[in-house]
Amino acid sequence: MNKTVALWLAVGWAGYAVLPWYAIDDGFFGFAWFDGFPTNIDSAPAILQVMDHGRAWLLPIGLALVAPLAVLWRGGAKPWAATVLMTAGGLGLAYIVAQGFAIGLGGWEFGFIESAFGELGDRQFGMGYGALLVIGAFLFFLTQGLAKRGVINGDAFVVGSIGLVIALIAAFIVFPVASILISAFQDNDENFAPALFFIKLFSRDIWGTDCLTSTLTCGIAWNSLLMATLVGASTTVLGLAFALIATRTGFRAKKILRVLTVLPIVTPPFVIGLAVILLFGRAGSVNTFLEWAFAIEPTRWIYGLPGIWLAQMLAFTPIAFLVLIGVVEGISPSMEEAALTLRADNWRTFTTVSLPLMRPGLANAFLLGFIESLADFGNPLVLGGEFDVLSTSIFFAIVGAQVDQGRAAVLAFVLLAFTLSAFYAQRRWLGRKSYATITGKGDAGLHVRLPKRLTRTIYATALPWAALTAVIYCMIMFGGFVETWGFDHSFTLRHYTEAFSITTGLHGLVWSGAAWNSFWTTLEIAAISAPLTAGIGLLAAYILVRQRFVGKDAFEFGTMLSFAIPGTVIGIGYILAFNVPPIEITGTGIILVVCFVFRNMPVGVRAGIAAMSQIDKSLDEASLTLGATSFATLRKVVMPLLRPAIVAALVFGFVRAMTAISAVIFLVSANYDMATSYILGRVENADYGLAIAYSSVLILVMLAAIILIQGAVGTRRLSRRDTQQFGLEGGAA
Amino acid sequence: MKRSIRFSVPLAAVIVIFAAAPEAQAAGKLTLYCSPQIEWCQLVIKEFQKATGIKVAMTRKSSGETFAQINAERKNPKGDVWWGGTGDPHLQAAEEGLTIEYKSPMLGKLHPWAQNQAKTSGYKTVGIYMGALGFGYNTKLLAKKGLPAPKCWKDLTKPIYKGEVQIASPHSSGTSYTTLATMVQLFGEDEGFKFLQALHKNINQYTKSGSAPIKAAARGETTIGITFLHDVVTQVIKGMPIKAVAPCEGTGFEIGSMSIIKGARNLASAKKWVDWALSPGAQKLMPKAKAYQVPSNASVAPPPEAPKMADIKLINYNFKKYGSSAERKRLLKRWDKEVKALPR
Repeated sequence: MNKTVALWLAVGWAGYAVLPWYAIDDGFFGFAWFDGFPTNIDSAPAILQVMDHGRAWLLPIGLALVAPLAVLWRGGAKPWAATVLMTAGGLGLAYIVAQGFAIGLGGWEFGFIESAFGELGDRQFGMGYGALLVIGAFLFFLTQGLAKRGVINGDAFVVGSIGLVIALIAAFIVFPVASILISAFQDNDENFAPALFFIKLFSRDIWGTDCLTSTLTCGIAWNSLLMATLVGASTTVLGLAFALIATRTGFRAKKILRVLTVLPIVTPPFVIGLAVILLFGRAGSVNTFLEWAFAIEPTRWIYGLPGIWLAQMLAFTPIAFLVLIGVVEGISPSMEEAALTLRADNWRTFTTVSLPLMRPGLANAFLLGFIESLADFGNPLVLGGEFDVLSTSIFFAIVGAQVDQGRAAVLAFVLLAFTLSAFYAQRRWLGRKSYATITGKGDAGLHVRLPKRLTRTIYATALPWAALTAVIYCMIMFGGFVETWGFDHSFTLRHYTEAFSITTGLHGLVWSGAAWNSFWTTLEIAAISAPLTAGIGLLAAYILVRQRFVGKDAFEFGTMLSFAIPGTVIGIGYILAFNVPPIEITGTGIILVVCFVFRNMPVGVRAGIAAMSQIDKSLDEASLTLGATSFATLRKVVMPLLRPAIVAALVFGFVRAMTAISAVIFLVSANYDMATSYILGRVENADYGLAIAYSSVLILVMLAAIILIQGAVGTRRLSRRDTQQFGLEGGAA
Repeated sequence: MKRSIRFSVPLAAVIVIFAAAPEAQAAGKLTLYCSPQIEWCQLVIKEFQKATGIKVAMTRKSSGETFAQINAERKNPKGDVWWGGTGDPHLQAAEEGLTIEYKSPMLGKLHPWAQNQAKTSGYKTVGIYMGALGFGYNTKLLAKKGLPAPKCWKDLTKPIYKGEVQIASPHSSGTSYTTLATMVQLFGEDEGFKFLQALHKNINQYTKSGSAPIKAAARGETTIGITFLHDVVTQVIKGMPIKAVAPCEGTGFEIGSMSIIKGARNLASAKKWVDWALSPGAQKLMPKAKAYQVPSNASVAPPPEAPKMADIKLINYNFKKYGSSAERKRLLKRWDKEVKALPR
């Protein structure tokens, strides 16, 4: 105990007295700040900022770091030690946050402080690594103190994890989202105007029901709701069909099926939409054929709900599949065996035992499909026609001809309300029933065969869909090799050489292709964010499923919040929140990593929750009873059983970082350009060849990465059953 | 004790977030927000670096996105110069005090419309190119359907073109708002709205992006697309079966502009950029970057592919009035009520 307090105390003092307190303009790892350190005002540690530069407001932070020394001195077992740690940590944290917001680039940030203390005559920049270490130390003191007081059975690891996740969510989700939502209550001059909020909220273009009675379009809220429900339901059904084929049938081409189901998830935005237009558009292959064969006049039916529905189903079915496959294979056969023993037939066993046991998976798959569809931006943009939905309307409220941030915030409110309602409906449906079937008890280890008519039905649903996906992808790969996609189909390698050429220059190889810069940046950012996404997501899932504490619902809400909000809003919120002190990270790679981690974390959380609610708590308890710590239990018992969820979270974190667009367009900067924003630029300029060539390369890279992740994490073995392989597993050829 | 050491793992994770991510390099001597197509951005940057030795870091975003970003960054600007993109958001940025006044010595060498743009904004922005509104049609589709070629704005309202015309929504697209304002100025406000109502009956879709209609026409998804003529020319040069039309009644136009961002960290380089970007050397680069607008420097001839200015009747577009937030909101509201709400 004392050792760890000592360790964190050392960390805290290192942050306070050794490292630069403020962020370094040219980057910490440029190490240019060594010059003039530690006396230079830009790179001085906090203690010297106080002594040499008169920044006295940093002094109380040092005092809060002194208090825990007493604990170290007098032993941690004393009852007052907990109080000291808690107070020092809590007050220290609160004070750092308060001074960070109170003093900004222009001195005092709030008028009332200025009138109380007079003009400051000084200012401060964003916090740096020194501040980060001190914050970490305070957080530790606070949670350690709480644990010593007996919170959550005195389990320091769990309290610490909860504290960490809450702090991160507060800083990187709640704060930026609040920054933008506040503008819902402001007029364009930042005055408080609540009446305006209600006028904007109840406007006819959001809630109008004209489409029921006339040919006019309905409100965008209804449009979004209809679209999301359709997409959520259909992706869940298709995902389930694929998951059943992959785990419960003797279907021979399983590997190909899996490649097809994973492909859409690794596809950069816009590409599917463009392919769908080329296939089903007025001048597309299908219409051209119908006109030629049956003289059916080509129409523009694809633009609007049908097009978005189709493209989103192509894009999001894999997510449902990824969630469901873990759940379907995780159902222990013992329940099904029991049902058969009691003379239920296959069909009855499936409908009354297997299917209800899949409920957590089905509910999660629907929820993800629903939310993804609501937040999707690329497909409605390309295929929406005049079917306006919330996500695109928010985007154009901010960047369009009207520039109305308040309206964007109001629309974001509506979107958030939908997502949260879905979230609560899901929880009610799942209820308090137990879905745990992995209990450590013995079973025959073999799943019951599916009833025949069900097998026929899922083949009839899944296989045509797989065929359609295959056609779409052939078209996409083809598009990179022709002069002008959909018009001039003569073969060329022009697009690839333009994007990815390497020439030999005076000093060796020159990466002269136009795409290399954004390509390497994207790869780097994705590789950094994926493990962080999975780690934080699964940690949050573990806390949610296994621990009980006050405010758990709010905690769960916080973890899902960033997912519910469209990227556009997150992007603008991040700029508003992180362009000024105390956290000043715009224009860096950090903001991209942070954005990806916290936007994609919910998938890790959902996958983790779905998988973990199948694992009986008695396994944990057995481990705890045998004297393992909660961390050891998590690592040695829970984690190996969670491998499919880990793979899902890692894959998703990586792939999403490479394919995200809506938040990214606001966060890319001169030095950190991302592949998708580059591709968007080409698409805007109708340069489809290069956009598709680049996308194809990204797809191959992501497939390779998935195989790599799969190999590194491995699979779980639940029993004597054949090891169920998840994902691609050598099927990418 | 061991338990607590383990606890440091999650905290270490967050430290890794910060430690592992690459840091920003503020060493760039000029940070440019670039709104035209990327080839053009890259070409001018290369040439500027050659000419001045100043290192440029560039971010390419559409003009709406750039405006949103500069607005969000107003307390702590990261960019120095915003180059290119349609003039309205530049004027709006000037109106909201996001950009600063700078009178380039090159100002006198510019076309009157470019100087006018500077004067309107109190010299906070300046014109670098001009593009006129018009439309383009797919010659193959038109022939297949046996339709006559449209020549004027009024032609587009004829019932024979029902479901064949595409234009962006003025809510989402600056291009389309320019069209709306053009009709109001060309025909008078009430007549202009009558025209838009008649046009509404023929529109098959209000797209979101301004140049989407002509791209759709090139792919054969619609027959006629209303947009800027230089975007139409881009499709023609790509070899698409598209023909550009400068409407007979006259037409409005945009002035692609450039502004120095208030609080620019590299002000001297920013001024150098502005002076250089208005020079003949910089403006001659346009056709090389597949940009077919009219350059603002009077001594540079427009690219041969650009629509001939002699064939285009330009109206006297009032940028100050129709670029203001209040007028914009009023017109959009009226459009919603009187045009968009009509059945087709």
